[in-house]
Amino acid sequence: MNTWIEKQKALIDFTLASLARRKIRNLGLLLVYALIVFLLASVMLFTHALRKEAGQVLANSPEIILQRLVAGRHDLIPPGYLEKIGRIRGVQKKQGRLWGYYYDAVLKANYTFMVPQPGALLVPDPGKIAIGAALARMRGLVPGNTISFRSYSGKLFTFEVASVLPHQSELVSADLVLLGEEDFRAFFELPPGHYTDIALSVANPQEVRNIATKLAAQLPDSRPILREEVLRTYESIFNWREGIVLVLLSGAILAFAIFAWEKASGLSAEEKREIGILKAIGWETGDVIKMKFWEGALVSLAAFLLGYIAAYLHVFRFSSLLFEPVLKGWAVLYPRFELTPEVDGFQVATLFLFTVFPYAVATVVPIWRAAITDPDAVMRV
Amino acid sequence: MTARLSHRAIVLFALMLALFALTFADAAHLRASRAGALAGEAGLAARLGLTDLCLFTEARYTRHLSQADLHSAFQDHPLAFEHFPSGSLTAPRLPVTEHEYLDRKTKSPD
Repeated sequence: MNTWIEKQKALIDFTLASLARRKIRNLGLLLVYALIVFLLASVMLFTHALRKEAGQVLANSPEIILQRLVAGRHDLIPPGYLEKIGRIRGVQKKQGRLWGYYYDAVLKANYTFMVPQPGALLVPDPGKIAIGAALARMRGLVPGNTISFRSYSGKLFTFEVASVLPHQSELVSADLVLLGEEDFRAFFELPPGHYTDIALSVANPQEVRNIATKLAAQLPDSRPILREEVLRTYESIFNWREGIVLVLLSGAILAFAIFAWEKASGLSAEEKREIGILKAIGWETGDVIKMKFWEGALVSLAAFLLGYIAAYLHVFRFSSLLFEPVLKGWAVLYPRFELTPEVDGFQVATLFLFTVFPYAVATVVPIWRAAITDPDAVMRV
Repeated sequence: MTARLSHRAIVLFALMLALFALTFADAAHLRASRAGALAGEAGLAARLGLTDLCLFTEARYTRHLSQADLHSAFQDHPLAFEHFPSGSLTAPRLPVTEHEYLDRKTKSPD
């Protein structure tokens, strides 16, 4: 056993000395390789954590949201609609919701105005509002300040900021403006009895589908949106986004693959001469292959470890600095959020397999071809 | 006497492997320390009945992705190009798999 270890150590010594002879070239390769792993791992860690967080945060959103459609578009719930639903068995609570969008010309951003459901402990008094942390930051507001919004009818409304929603919940509340029902109706000139949509809570999760079917039968102009659809939407969006980023990266990955393949498989004249000399002084074919295997394994393992550790730090310790511009789009109000690390071992293993394995194989195959030929012929090339 | 290259490499790899393992420990630590914030966030979403993440605020169909009109990608006019970059990052609606056409299962006419 000891002899075997000593032999491997000697091979590693030799490999590293050989790599050090072409220091710049090999360091360049290692850096580019690590950068590719870093990009792939960053996308993987980021989307997985965001997907998990969306699932956890929205797990308790309303079981069913009932929208009314007019000419294929979302329309207000008219008075009497709630009563039309009547008493459907299994529906624990039905509640008309009031929310809408407001474009603020000062910030050139959209806000979401919303009336908290009764008993939500966040219902502001008349004339007061509670605002999301990103909005407060962008407009420089603190509790006690006043802010004016020009409504769609042209009237100016002034509200006092009663509170700012916690910074930790920015991912769902960055652009929220919570206000009382009377204020909301006055601001948007919404007559009493009208609602944006209806939230239904269902006691038994297995009944949700049946209830939605009954609702669609009873109210043909309605569109029930189930919580599981909401969760599925987010699941598919992040899959899609991960795919898009990977497509954008694929050019870089292909370029690297060609570079690595070229480097690993096409032996330079110098390397061929080296193999010839090694064989001439008594190295066996197996030793030459082992030496090259160590070269591939050391380079790819180092690149994987460096790339993965950097990606972890980038996503979870530096708030994904590089992705922010892509994700931000044109949104002025963008939440500052820290993702909770959710690392999927299976994904890490897949990344390892797809980045380390091909390179290690690509180094060994051409060496095997060169190593089985006659040393004299190899040296003459 | 200088250390052998293989010994230096072993030390370096051991260090990198330790850091790799440390990322998992750090993830567990961060998960535990942010559990309260996450619960608060989920609690707020539940209390207010929020349905969407506030990732893209530029248009209603990007702000509330799950509540958007069924044809929101082309809502302005047929074959409309997307105005916002996030439109190219979010998934297109796949009617067959995304939405249950519950109305088709009803007996009453539409």
